[in-house]
Amino acid sequence: MTNTTHMNHGSKDAGDGAGDEYLAFTLGREEYGIDILRVQEIRGYEPVTRIANAPDFIKGVVNLRGTIIPVVDMRIKFRLGQPTYDEFTVVIVLNIAGRVVGMVVDSVSDVMTLSPDQVRPAPEVGTVFDTEFLIGLGALGERMLILVDIDRLMSSSDMGLIEKFAA
Amino acid sequence: MTIDMSQFYQVFFDEADELLAEMEKLLLALDVSAPDNEDLNAIFRAAHSIKGGAATFAFTDITEVTHMLESLLDRIRKGEMALTTEHVDTFLAAKDVLNMQMEGHHHGASVDQDAVGSVCARLKQLSQGIVADAPAVPAAAPAPAAPAASSAPVADADGQFHFRIELPEVPQRDVDALATELGLLGSITQEILADKRVAFTLITGEGKDDIVAICSFVLDPDDLKITCGSAPAPAAAEPGYGIFETEKAEAAPVAAAAAPAQPAAAAAAPATEAKNMGRRATDKEVGQESSSIRVGVEKVDQLINLVGELVITQAMIDQRIAALDPIHHERLLNSASQLSRNTRDLQEAVMSIRMMPMDYVFSRFPRMVRDLAGKLGKQVEFVTRGAATELDKGLIERIVDPLTHLVRNSVDHGIEMPEQRRASGKKEAGRLILSAAHQGGNIVIEVTDDGGGLNRERILDKAKQQGLPVTDSMPDAEVWQLIFAPGFSTAAVVTDVSGRGVGMDVVKRNITAMGGTVDIRSMTGVGTTISISLPLTLAILDGMSVKVGEEVYILPLGYVIESLQPAAVDVKEIAADGQVVKVREEYLPLIPLHQIFAIEPLYTDPAKGIIVILESEGKKAALLVDSLVGQQQVVVKNLESNFRKVAGISGATILGDGGVSLILDVAALLRSSRQLSNDPIFS
Repeated sequence: MTNTTHMNHGSKDAGDGAGDEYLAFTLGREEYGIDILRVQEIRGYEPVTRIANAPDFIKGVVNLRGTIIPVVDMRIKFRLGQPTYDEFTVVIVLNIAGRVVGMVVDSVSDVMTLSPDQVRPAPEVGTVFDTEFLIGLGALGERMLILVDIDRLMSSSDMGLIEKFAA
Repeated sequence: MTIDMSQFYQVFFDEADELLAEMEKLLLALDVSAPDNEDLNAIFRAAHSIKGGAATFAFTDITEVTHMLESLLDRIRKGEMALTTEHVDTFLAAKDVLNMQMEGHHHGASVDQDAVGSVCARLKQLSQGIVADAPAVPAAAPAPAAPAASSAPVADADGQFHFRIELPEVPQRDVDALATELGLLGSITQEILADKRVAFTLITGEGKDDIVAICSFVLDPDDLKITCGSAPAPAAAEPGYGIFETEKAEAAPVAAAAAPAQPAAAAAAPATEAKNMGRRATDKEVGQESSSIRVGVEKVDQLINLVGELVITQAMIDQRIAALDPIHHERLLNSASQLSRNTRDLQEAVMSIRMMPMDYVFSRFPRMVRDLAGKLGKQVEFVTRGAATELDKGLIERIVDPLTHLVRNSVDHGIEMPEQRRASGKKEAGRLILSAAHQGGNIVIEVTDDGGGLNRERILDKAKQQGLPVTDSMPDAEVWQLIFAPGFSTAAVVTDVSGRGVGMDVVKRNITAMGGTVDIRSMTGVGTTISISLPLTLAILDGMSVKVGEEVYILPLGYVIESLQPAAVDVKEIAADGQVVKVREEYLPLIPLHQIFAIEPLYTDPAKGIIVILESEGKKAALLVDSLVGQQQVVVKNLESNFRKVAGISGATILGDGGVSLILDVAALLRSSRQLSNDPIFS
């Protein structure tokens, strides 16, 4: 229902050397960053179709140009900020290993390039994210980005987005 | 000016592919003992068209093979040669060779020249073999292309034949057309017989075959009466026709003109063919090549996506104008509602493009079964049913491999050798049925053979050998499932067709990956049915939309028996929170949808809402919803592709407004509902 931003999918290695590019977004008062190459587009929030008996952070499913994708609200999942839905609510559409997922966040700020030396190891505590899902902390002047390993997070059993098949 | 011919190559290859496929289909359908002339003509036409195309692009190897094929076919369709299985086999082999050559030109694939050579030799042999068998033709040229007429016409001194052609009753238009066409062969005169039929007298250097060939484009050659003789015959039949001498005189210039006339006749032939095709398409099948175009799948998918966006945009416009004053903006609103209708139609039409009939898969099996049966020395009658059942292209492509395996298995292990079948009192030819149908909300594809059935003891023995946990008292259904275990094969002999024990587990895995199930029904001595049930992923489904609270769900119409509003007295409480409803003297368990899906409903009282009676697997239940919204065809989308399986939901669909609606998994709902007893309780 709003402008969509299509982004080019380059190969993951494209950013090497010059540093990786991250999309910065906010959840509550914290600022997060995810690998820009996982972002397919950014859309406004539109009404979802609820999935019965699903965890509350799974808002439901929406139609993305003919494909049905789940929408998760990170604010509910990590109990950050107030989950309000208005014209400013943003959904980041991620493409992770061929699967498309919508992720509701408070806002998207910008795209930042971080050189490897700007990325510090994540401390054991400090965020709602399990450190297993963190790449590290990105320092950029006054700002600090919590860099999330979005691939791992979205495929984790925590999120319940992907069925685990018995081997 | 030079034209880059390569741009037309693709068209030729596509067309030739279709023609070859068509040819194979016709060949397989041919009844060798009594071939249908129409089919023979169609096969001939296919070969002819390929030859023409190949000649245009200077693919001489293809031209050569098709030429030989064509000559042989030509003689068969004219009845000069009886069709034998050997012919059909050779034609099929020739078709394969042509395919290979086509690949060679198209993708630069290597062409097995030995195979080409052997097929050519066989074609030649076949056409020559008959020539040798027909001693009536004294000095007939052995060249296969030379149409040696079996009626052994006698040429006059100038090498001209005199034909008298009596036509059946046909419209004047056709008579004129024929006269023009035949006129190209030589000189023609026309007369009207007593019963208003028309007869031609034709003096030509061409054989009878060419006349029949030309006539067959307009009418059935069987209805023709062609008599041939040199001068005396027509002279005797038509005393007033003229003297032979003068006739020869007038034939002389014709003979001189015969050479240039020939190419003209050749050029005219395709024209008649085209005309003829058009005519036939109106009354009968044919015309497949003209009624379809080839488009890349990615283009179709792009179209589907674009229409999806259009539908959403359309919904936005609807929302905006809903706020407008209907009196001031009447015309705008009218246009908008028309736009919305058109958009919906467009979406429906576009969505149907991806659907393909099961025939796409089924059509490849007759050939395979035939070859396989031939190799194994078995007789198999192959039947397909429900080939028109539509399935999404993506799914149809994935079902090919598992099905191929099952069909092979049935021919190899299922159907017994003819002697064995005779001994057990069955027809020598086994029967293999491949069927597809929409059943409930699923697509059920079944491979049925009337062979020996599965051998329970042997499977159990084998399972014990392999250390699988089995007992002798296991129910049949569980025993049959054992054959899906990896490395499990009970074939007494490992053939190169099957029996190595790899396969059934792969079949099962592939089908499970598509979200389907495989069931086996088998009876010793009677046969085996392997039934693949696929979920409706992407298939079109007739659905009934129902509303509970603010949510709309789709019920597959196949499960719905009826819907009604029950009277309060018909709803009875059973135990703490179970309810049953009495419908036509039958007590059905009541499943309140709002309870299962935790929805805030409009009504909790069944007497205020609507109950929909559903039936699945022989069990009935009443589903309580707030209201019915309507019926519509929906395209089922898979939830699992980006999400996961959700209990009670079999898929989702996109509604006209771009929103998503979930499709209820009725079978699972009925199964899992704890209120559901095994059988409806009778009063």
